[in-house]
Amino acid sequence: MAALSEEQQMIKDQASAWVREQAPVSTFRAMRDQGLAQGFFSETWQAMIEMGWTGLVVPEPYGGAGLGYQTLGLVLEQLGRNLVASPLYASSVVGAAALMHSGSEDQKQSLLPKIADGSRLVVLALEEGPRHNPSQIKCRAELTSSGVRLSGTKQFVMEGSAATDFVVVANVDHGAGEQGVGLFLVACDAPGVHRHAVKTMDSRGYASVTFDGVTLDVDAMLAGPDTGKAVLEAVLSVATAALAAEMLGTAAAAFDMTLDYLKTRKQFGQVIGGFQALGHRAAGLYAEMELTRSCVEAALTALDQGSQDAQELVALAKCKASEFLHEMSSQLIQIHGGIGMTDEFDAGFYLKRARVLENALGNAAYHRDRYAKLLDF
Amino acid sequence: MNMTDQAGNLDTFRAEVAEWLQGNFPENLKSQGIAPFGGVEGDRVVEGEAALWRDRLASRGWGTPTWPAELGGGGLNHQEAKVLSEEMHRVGAINPIPLLAGMGVTMVGPTILEYGTEDQKQRHIPGICSGKVRWCLGYSEPNAGSDLASLATKAEENGDHWLINGQKVWTSGADISQWCGALVRTDSSVKKRDGISFLMLEMDQPGVETRPIKLIAGASPFCETFFNDARAEKDDLLGALNDGWSVGKRLLQYERASQTGARPTSNKVSGSLQSLAKSYVGETETGELADADLRVRIADHLMHTRAHGLTIARITAEAKGNPEVSAAASILKNSATRVSQERAELTLEFMGHQGLGWEGDDFSEDEIEHVRGWLGGKAISIYGGSFEIQNNIIAKNILGLPETTQKG
Repeated sequence: MAALSEEQQMIKDQASAWVREQAPVSTFRAMRDQGLAQGFFSETWQAMIEMGWTGLVVPEPYGGAGLGYQTLGLVLEQLGRNLVASPLYASSVVGAAALMHSGSEDQKQSLLPKIADGSRLVVLALEEGPRHNPSQIKCRAELTSSGVRLSGTKQFVMEGSAATDFVVVANVDHGAGEQGVGLFLVACDAPGVHRHAVKTMDSRGYASVTFDGVTLDVDAMLAGPDTGKAVLEAVLSVATAALAAEMLGTAAAAFDMTLDYLKTRKQFGQVIGGFQALGHRAAGLYAEMELTRSCVEAALTALDQGSQDAQELVALAKCKASEFLHEMSSQLIQIHGGIGMTDEFDAGFYLKRARVLENALGNAAYHRDRYAKLLDF
Repeated sequence: MNMTDQAGNLDTFRAEVAEWLQGNFPENLKSQGIAPFGGVEGDRVVEGEAALWRDRLASRGWGTPTWPAELGGGGLNHQEAKVLSEEMHRVGAINPIPLLAGMGVTMVGPTILEYGTEDQKQRHIPGICSGKVRWCLGYSEPNAGSDLASLATKAEENGDHWLINGQKVWTSGADISQWCGALVRTDSSVKKRDGISFLMLEMDQPGVETRPIKLIAGASPFCETFFNDARAEKDDLLGALNDGWSVGKRLLQYERASQTGARPTSNKVSGSLQSLAKSYVGETETGELADADLRVRIADHLMHTRAHGLTIARITAEAKGNPEVSAAASILKNSATRVSQERAELTLEFMGHQGLGWEGDDFSEDEIEHVRGWLGGKAISIYGGSFEIQNNIIAKNILGLPETTQKG
């Protein structure tokens, strides 16, 4: 990482040490073995709250530290390394971004401090089908004389099992012709909200949530059809870049495990890293990792600086991170051979998590297409 | 005046450079590119305003801005050199000296500055800085390519000088160079790498013969060079006797550092790749490239290109604005290779039949130029340490994996 400030270096070192000492992959394994529905240990979450990570990007007036996405990326990368399971990403990054980019001052005042102190888990409810497609929202929000009536089903809601509140993306129906997406804040215990846990291969706490004619006050609308599309784009940019940072960490750890194995595993009387076929494969993977890192850092920096090309860089970061994590997690298994196939070894966790993250918020093909569109071809 | 006195104030320096350029850069050269300086082939005489500009630039040492002023360089620090380059770019002035010195500025000079004796620096560096002494490199041989350490060209002590016999190949610009830096065998009784020395010799002598090589793309700057009792002075041994492998390897690192920027294999095809592709392939009603498969691959290529550029920027920033030769150069060289060759292949592909011309009026100048560039670009993954050799270097030097099969 280029030119870290003293504060950033400190946060990175703290995250790295905490992950190494307090959150090894064996912690994730224990969580998986216990089959926790919420998909994380409450102790892990508590520790993150105490370290102040839950308020990292929340502005200071709302009880956060107001640090940038570059700094956040440092923490997420470390968490990604050891597959640390927590709602930090879903609530303290994506949920916080949704509130920061929309919502009235009152809404911000009432909710952001609670996201920052970890007492509320606010997550984005966006996906409706098997593939990421934010431009085809079917979920409906009818504006009535008394408020809003919300109907529809959201799938693969990250940390949906433990969430206290949902930010629901829905098509606003005015009756009067004005159409467009809006963002709505819905408490998990509001009448008509039904959720069930979705068991995914990465053992996290996803949920499918149905909104069955849920009635909301007008002030539950964070963004209306006039601003909804732009707000959603801004939130997805943050969410996507931050996810790429976590993916980089996951892939980097997979690379380190593989390199270590290449240096220790002996066959035919020599360590297998001495075989040129494997040496070149490792060299190629390393080069891809370096390229991916540059893209992820550039995307986070662009978001901090509000650069014009931020959307391009975000698409680039997610595409590269998806491609590299895909290949790296496959090679992690391949190079480890038989041991890599066993549940006792951690490689499988990385492979399973990799595919989930690749798919989240658009896979490599989605972002390649998006990049081409942004470049006008 | 020594510019380093003003290191604290770049604005003053910038103003001074701007003023100097206004008084010294001949406006006429602006639009002519490198042609007045001999072009890529370097086979034309530099005269008139081009010669004037070369000499004026050299008199300030600004053709080699960061080299020591007492040896003919500019004595600038990296920030000042950057300002100089920005100001020159602003007025459309090119620095012809790296081109005119052949391998002198990018490779031989830095190596002499690092390994040379005081006497060698005094004798060779000013010539490189002047842009009047061109250097070539005698490295590869017919039987020593990627396995460079197998080189067989032999140098024997003969009184006050060395006698050199053997053949080199791929010596760029050998037919127009005044000096050559050559790796030669000075001891055949030890391990291959321990019996090599680095000698500097004059090209204009009876024992040196050069023969140009025609390549798949047509004419080329490459030559075969034959040494038949060629002579090198005793004082022109660079580094210690039989330590030429270290010297030569260091020089190659300087070479890689100079090759990490992806260059277009043809600089004639202008405009963005995607708009050029549209002009051949067409677009859909929604403005997408009509060939969906090609569109994806062009997007992928442009993303890789962007990632490559970002990586150069990141590695440069991490090296604190001083991009010294580093292990990362191997990664960047391979990545730059991919960018250049991929771009050339994609362009050839979307041009269709128009991308298959060799000469004549059925093809535009750009199209012919592109074909030649595409062909010539196949060398990028071969020279300067092939793609595979770079991967060996990454595996061994960066990742710490054991060396692959290495005999001798």
